[in-house]
Amino acid sequence: MVTVDPVAPRETRPRLPVADVRWSTVLAPVAVGVLFVLGWEALVDRADIKPFILPAPSAIWDQVTANRDSIVSGARVTGSNALWGMLGGTLLGVVGAAVAGTFRFVDQMAAPVVAALAVIPIVALAPVLYSMFGAAVNSGRIIVAGISVAVPVYLNTLRGIRQVRAVHRDLMAAYAAKPLQVIRTVTLPTATPYVFTGLRIASSLAVISALIAEYFGGPIGGLGKSITSSAASSNYPLAWAYVTGAIVLGLLFYVVTLLAELWFSRHQPAP
Amino acid sequence: MNQVVTEPAISVTGVRRVFGKGRKQVVALDDVDLSVADGEFVSLIGPSGCGKSTLLRLVADLDSPTAGTLEVFGKPARRARLDQDYGIAFQQAGLLPWRTVAGNVELPLKLHGVESATRKGRVAELLELVGLADFAKNHPDQLSGGMQQRVAIARALAESPRLLLMDEPFGALDEITRERMQNELVRICAETGAAVLFVTHSIPEAVFLSDRVVVMSPRPGRITGVVDVRADGLAGAHDRTERARDQEGFFRAVADVRSLLHGTPVPTVAVDGLEK
Repeated sequence: MVTVDPVAPRETRPRLPVADVRWSTVLAPVAVGVLFVLGWEALVDRADIKPFILPAPSAIWDQVTANRDSIVSGARVTGSNALWGMLGGTLLGVVGAAVAGTFRFVDQMAAPVVAALAVIPIVALAPVLYSMFGAAVNSGRIIVAGISVAVPVYLNTLRGIRQVRAVHRDLMAAYAAKPLQVIRTVTLPTATPYVFTGLRIASSLAVISALIAEYFGGPIGGLGKSITSSAASSNYPLAWAYVTGAIVLGLLFYVVTLLAELWFSRHQPAP
Repeated sequence: MNQVVTEPAISVTGVRRVFGKGRKQVVALDDVDLSVADGEFVSLIGPSGCGKSTLLRLVADLDSPTAGTLEVFGKPARRARLDQDYGIAFQQAGLLPWRTVAGNVELPLKLHGVESATRKGRVAELLELVGLADFAKNHPDQLSGGMQQRVAIARALAESPRLLLMDEPFGALDEITRERMQNELVRICAETGAAVLFVTHSIPEAVFLSDRVVVMSPRPGRITGVVDVRADGLAGAHDRTERARDQEGFFRAVADVRSLLHGTPVPTVAVDGLEK
């Protein structure tokens, strides 16, 4: 009686597409990286470049291994500033976009402020914030990271909220769904991939902002502070070692966000 | 929900819908009268822009008429929407891609606060009805177009509505899938006994599925005639079988609808022009 399309039920939940990555896509960039480092080493060695201009990778690596504890603890300080900033900024961005997406006048009122925030180099606010909150606490740095995260998250989420399909809107109307039900059932899930696009941009911004904010003062211990102080004491390979730590930290933020994005948007077409 | 229904499922009187203002004004519907009895299957057919989808949206209260009244089971359309007196399916299945098949079917029940155990039973029943019981935990992106549309139909039936509104639900499907879906729809309608207002632009589809086919013409959208398929010698829509497609009455009704669409007068008893 009942006819079923001749398709066997497939695996119910597709896993992360990580397993689909081919070896060549991993090997190629690794090969480029190795060649780059070897070339760098050879260049510094042959051309006899002084360490204050460009230290050799081997010298930097020596410093990394020798100061591993200090780099890790620095990354922890900077990383926690970036993380708190990112959480706060994301919350602000998403809630702000939900409000602006619901009430058109809020969107119009907020547009110039958001544009201004996007244009101001947020990090330049760091010295002002240090004098507001006191130079002994990390609040200023967290706020700097938070604002720089909130802007791209807000803009992308708002764009995502506008992508709700007409048929879904009609459906919700036909079900006489209440405004909050519509937001929860249709609007936020539609916007999710866009939120993550914003987060992906924001993740590296958060680390960069938290790092640069340390250049302008505040408590010591973070990677940014360590970079400036080792450069100031002419220990260039050590400064580069801290920079390496910062790169790893930034990558970590980026990759974790990317994985979260893949997981959450596994049933949606990419925006 | 289960009131004794004496009034027609849909009653449309003098409805007019105008889009835009001033010189850009477009009359989508003009002076439309239509009545769909309880349990009756009525199709709206006509070329693009004849206002058939607009009329369905008005009945669903997704849009408001410029003039005239629409009643669903004797209530104003808005009241009927708020009371969830109808189920609806669109040309696009419109499933939520982040929910499973079961999650999509139970959506209306969930939104209206039906408790979890009841929902579960009802969803199993509905998926059985549309032949997708094995796919409950799949996501829509893993299903074919026809299967997605069946999920959408199951969702429309979730609250056992006495009226189904369908806006070209099979429009995007290939011919083979389409005929199979039509057979299933006939079976489902016979099982549920619901009245259906069905928008299509396929003449055979309209004739095969319906008790009556309402033919519309564009600019301004008007009803040009109604073909009573039963008067052409076909069984009532609920008792129809696949074989109806090969019966003489089927071809007679198709010819009637076609001549109404193309505007040539036909001397057939089945065509009684504007109803009422």
